[in-house]
Amino acid sequence: MPRIKTPAELEEFRKAILSKRDPKRPCIAVCTGTGCLALGAARVVTAFKEEIKKKALGTRVDVVDIRETGCPGFCERGPIVVIYPEEICYLQVQPADAEEIVSQTVLAKKILDRLLYVDPTTGERVVHESEIPFYKNQMRHLIGNNIKIDPKSIEDYLAVGGYSALAKALGQMTPEQVVEMVKESNLRGRGGAGFPAGKKWEFARKSPGNPKYVVVNADEGDPGAFMDRAVLEGNPFSVLEGLTIGAYAIGSHEGYFYVRQEYPLAVENVTLAIKQAEEYGFLGKNILGSGFDFTVKVHRGAGAFVCGEETSLLSSLEGKPGEPRARPPYPAVKGLREKPTNINNVETWANVPLIVTNGPEFLTSIGTKGSTGTKIFSLVGKVNNTGLVEVPMGITLRDIIYKVGGGISKGKKFKAVQTGGPSGGCIPEQHLDIKVDFDELKKVGAIMGSGGMIVMDEDTCMIDVAKYFLNFLTGESCGKCTPCREGIRQMLKILTNISGGKGKEGDIELLEELAQTTRDASLCALGGSAPNPVLSTIRYFRDEYEAHIKERRCPAYVCKDLISYTIDPDKCQACMICLRKCPAQAITGAKKQIHVIDQEKCTKCGTCFEVCPPRFAAVKRLSGVPVPPPIPEEARMIVRESKQK
Amino acid sequence: MSEILLQIDGREVKAREGMTILEAARSAGLSIPTLCHHEKLNPYGACRICVVEAEVSGRTSLVASCLYPVEKNLVVRTRSEKVDKTRKTILELLLAHAPDSPALQDLAQEYGADKDRYEKESSFCVLCGLCVRYCTEVKKKNAIGFFDRGASREINFIPEIASKECWDCKECFPLCPTSYLQAAYELTEALAFPRHCFKSTSGK
Repeated sequence: MPRIKTPAELEEFRKAILSKRDPKRPCIAVCTGTGCLALGAARVVTAFKEEIKKKALGTRVDVVDIRETGCPGFCERGPIVVIYPEEICYLQVQPADAEEIVSQTVLAKKILDRLLYVDPTTGERVVHESEIPFYKNQMRHLIGNNIKIDPKSIEDYLAVGGYSALAKALGQMTPEQVVEMVKESNLRGRGGAGFPAGKKWEFARKSPGNPKYVVVNADEGDPGAFMDRAVLEGNPFSVLEGLTIGAYAIGSHEGYFYVRQEYPLAVENVTLAIKQAEEYGFLGKNILGSGFDFTVKVHRGAGAFVCGEETSLLSSLEGKPGEPRARPPYPAVKGLREKPTNINNVETWANVPLIVTNGPEFLTSIGTKGSTGTKIFSLVGKVNNTGLVEVPMGITLRDIIYKVGGGISKGKKFKAVQTGGPSGGCIPEQHLDIKVDFDELKKVGAIMGSGGMIVMDEDTCMIDVAKYFLNFLTGESCGKCTPCREGIRQMLKILTNISGGKGKEGDIELLEELAQTTRDASLCALGGSAPNPVLSTIRYFRDEYEAHIKERRCPAYVCKDLISYTIDPDKCQACMICLRKCPAQAITGAKKQIHVIDQEKCTKCGTCFEVCPPRFAAVKRLSGVPVPPPIPEEARMIVRESKQK
Repeated sequence: MSEILLQIDGREVKAREGMTILEAARSAGLSIPTLCHHEKLNPYGACRICVVEAEVSGRTSLVASCLYPVEKNLVVRTRSEKVDKTRKTILELLLAHAPDSPALQDLAQEYGADKDRYEKESSFCVLCGLCVRYCTEVKKKNAIGFFDRGASREINFIPEIASKECWDCKECFPLCPTSYLQAAYELTEALAFPRHCFKSTSGK
């Protein structure tokens, strides 16, 4: 492939690609993102390939394409397969389905009902992806192309209009105009803090010093979050194009992708996207004849959560321990190797080509005044449709959870939604109608963060949640500054005591005091936001803290030291189910002998409670009250009335 | 270097560009407590005892004075309710490690910190890093370093280097604010039980 030398050549080349592609030609697109791969997508692809090979003799099946794509988002129902040109969407496809899909759907144009999405409320089957409620309520500007392109093929990206933004920026705009355009779009950093990207670019552009650097922060470390992974795995080109435009705007000729090592597929796809861009002339010297030079390198992170913080990331990139530096000076003034540096998150960079192509109004027409454009969330936890969702800013949390997420799973009651990763906050029912907006979320004690969204139902204990996140943070703090290292350690100790039934009067106040010091006095944003899980749960669920401390009671029946299981002798039918299932052999009894739980042996796993047939409902959960003494041995025999006669 | 005028505790203070708040305050005869600061070493900003309130264009925040560069029209308060409260909490957190440290005890008295506020921790190291940085920056030997992160972070001598370099130096001992017991203990352990020293990096 010779390098493309001018914007005109690019357009010609694009036309040539499109002319070779028949939109009516059948194509089987299989999601091979990490989620679907874990569910067996690679075997599905192999099955399709074999099937096509088998049928190739004398038929027209040899003109079927198979496309291995990035993540379209509906991970809950993977592996996902979309059949073009009809765009028929099949869910949970297994290798055994390949034969039927090829013969029935691809060849005979018949739809296989059993693989379609079924609307749980109406029972209707949905054929097209765009009509599935999970997708219908999204606005997928950034991840919408994932199913349409093979992330290993730059020509696929060019076919959907790729690199036209770069051609426009280099060919028709000055760097200042690009900065101005991004400023006007009001694009705010998607990594968490929400700092206006255009302003950041301007600082870096105006900052004296040479060379300047641009960096993609792809060190996505929040537990349960995979927005950046999906973008990098599914469409690495868009991020690279955004980065190249940013470099042009800022005046940088050297860029870095800082990708976490734990994302091998993302590393692979980004590396390939860079290689292809170099071959096609979108990187290197004199890009598209503009005189602008730019090179990019991939740097793999070594597994520290704190390296998602920009100054730690820079230290790590320099080969030093991943520990934060004080700001000021900001990276725009003294960043990588003490030179002006601009760092943005994956999603922020991916927005840039859209802005340049469509103008700043493309973003400002979506969302709220303070937060424009779309935002990707990884919607996880107790919702029916877990997966990756992209929604317009300004949508309410309720719509995300109920319309996109399909509501709480197993018909349970909603309790809280945690946004913003481990250092985010828990938002209760009463605030579900607030809009997704950087500032609104902050007002209720949460943060936008990079886009983790964990839904919790009534069976969740908020003390347990706070404990979980602080446990994560105590291991991930770099340990350099006192408030973060010691503050989190002590908060975790107090929370562990509370959930272990050793809470004391005054613990809540002590937690608040520690939280304040940790937040105000820490060196970096990790410590600065670490107390959020504690503060937001105290703010909205103080009664739960009090129940744990004063009554030794866990209202959600989660904290094992505060709960016990017991069998109601009046209800037990001696059916032996719980007795057999108990993994600790803690239940004694026999047929016709009422079962009893040995409290000494019981590990409180809850299995007996789950397996006791609902019509008996004999197993009870207790918390905050003493366990009644076991029924006397002589009263344990069940004498059935029918047998008595 | 141009001169910068800022306000510290209501007094006009002249400082040179590039100075930190701590340097500016000390040059004006004002004292700010420090633990991890040392004149021969690069500012580190870890102990956070030196936090002060800094007001820039109407916005006030707590900053580490040993790192924060002076700027025009900066208003600094080295003592305030918030500063004192933060220092008290930080001291109490450190006293859980080293209740007998004279340096901490003196400060505890001034800020009303209770050494028994938190349950005692097993290590008396407060991770000020003076020994590590002195060995690296001044002696350029790197015989002692940080291991692990978060709550498991600790200091350790590197036996291979320590066995050659430390016997006639030991200059880091008197720097240790929790009395040089910590450094001495770690060094002894490194020399006597080198293998154990490596094994123990994930918390003792």
